[in-house]
Amino acid sequence: MPHLGKPHWLRELIAVWGFAQRNYYLTKRYFWWDLVWLVYTTANALSIGFIGVAAQQSAETTSQFTTFLLIGTLIWSYLSMLFDILSETVSWERWEGTIEYTFMSPASRATHLIGTSIYAVIYGIVRMIIMLVTISLFFDLRLSDANYGAAFVVLAVCSVSLVGFGMVAAVMPLLSPEKGQQVTFIFGSALLLVSGIYYPIDVLPGWMQALAKVSPVYYALDGIRAALMEGAALGSLWRYIWPLIIMGAIFPPLGIWIFQQGEQFAKRTGRLKRSG
Amino acid sequence: MDKVYQAENALELRDAMKRFKKKRNEYSTALKSVSITVKRGEVVGILGPNGSGKSTLVRVISTLIIPDGGDVRVFDIDAVRHPKEVQRHINRVSVEASFFKKMSSMENLIYGAKLYGVTDRESKPKIREILGSIGFDLNRVNEPMEHLSRGMQQKIALARALLTSPMLMLLDEPTTGLDPRSKKDVQALIRGIRHTHDASILLCTHDMDEAEELCDRIGIMLDGDIIALDTPHALKQRYQQDGQAPNLEEVFMAATGASMEDIEAKKLEEEEKKAGVK
Repeated sequence: MPHLGKPHWLRELIAVWGFAQRNYYLTKRYFWWDLVWLVYTTANALSIGFIGVAAQQSAETTSQFTTFLLIGTLIWSYLSMLFDILSETVSWERWEGTIEYTFMSPASRATHLIGTSIYAVIYGIVRMIIMLVTISLFFDLRLSDANYGAAFVVLAVCSVSLVGFGMVAAVMPLLSPEKGQQVTFIFGSALLLVSGIYYPIDVLPGWMQALAKVSPVYYALDGIRAALMEGAALGSLWRYIWPLIIMGAIFPPLGIWIFQQGEQFAKRTGRLKRSG
Repeated sequence: MDKVYQAENALELRDAMKRFKKKRNEYSTALKSVSITVKRGEVVGILGPNGSGKSTLVRVISTLIIPDGGDVRVFDIDAVRHPKEVQRHINRVSVEASFFKKMSSMENLIYGAKLYGVTDRESKPKIREILGSIGFDLNRVNEPMEHLSRGMQQKIALARALLTSPMLMLLDEPTTGLDPRSKKDVQALIRGIRHTHDASILLCTHDMDEAEELCDRIGIMLDGDIIALDTPHALKQRYQQDGQAPNLEEVFMAATGASMEDIEAKKLEEEEKKAGVK
């Protein structure tokens, strides 16, 4: 029993790798499905880009508007992928019938969610790069001044807080095996609506603008747009980064805590058991 | 860790209770007040019809269900207060093999082992050794699980449990629904676990022959309660009539007042009646 003699942190680290590797195996097995999904989202992004072109303004403003829309589309595709993978952690395992085996293993819930998040981040970035390359073949994007490094930093910081959001959403199928997953869709659509993905949040009613201020996606999009379209330096993006750092410090621990409470509730009420 | 190795009993349940809420003010009792001890190295069987509480019992010990009351200790560790410590020393095989069906058996086993802190380098040779010993064709180790028969999947489920070297194995109807050949293979594997892996086993089943053949002691469970628990020989002596030793099926009937099939049929009828009332 060599694993019993290992320090706790090492066993947890091996388990983190286990969760990330498992999701890689699943992507490999569902490769064609993933490819179809990638084609679908890329086609969606292209159609949104053509809406920008159809606005028929001057060449410069068309390029600017199209770039604005496509950055929103790409970043949303990445962040929503991250959110979806996290929020489906429970429902997917329940569907496969493996949830009880995962929950009775000694790997901690933090390890479970962190392992899933690491894979989601890597998978989402690869997917976004493929989409960006494809889209740039179709449109004249205004990225000549882009500060890619600064944009990447904003995206990375935002990913941490969105992982926390995903963890909170993931608890829903634990609380309600039948309706929980649908509730996570409401989380996702609320983020899409208020975060200024396809429009500046100024066009929203005041109460929606207030909601946008607690969405990490809003700060990420504004910061990334400033970095890519205006070449803003990292220092000038601080006003976007500090709220993301605060959210990144609050949401993941909060998400893990809420998930643990949900797990206790499911264990008391017998809801872990596979249904359907 | 020392505490675990010094513990006299692998499992001790004292008055474990569990009921589930069905509707407002309506509860169903899954465990009434269950007490049972499994000594280190012992195989204890729980014999009972569907719905008698066997699976709830296994889930409580597996830390998947928190009991409403009572004491659950695994190698003298409180399983309710310290589930993570207990989880390191137990594993479970249930009636459903429960794998990621698109993943291969090798991928599923590597993943399962990692959750217990076992690396690829440690698990891969062990996987080949275990699969070889259960007669699994190693050429099929990279095939998706969904291509394997149920009997094969159940053997992989046992291999997954063995990979983590559990000191207490919880087997919840591991042979139900298998063809006779696969059933015999899995039973032989369970017998081997005891000798080669030095594990204590709690085996829930509704197969009388299986219980008699594999277990040191057998408990009869009905309506969330263990109504008899002893060695097969002692149970037969207790319920003998006219000086003739009964078989286990007769023991079960004498203890419960009905055959396993009759109890299951009655339960089904009651459930259908309830559904009809709704």
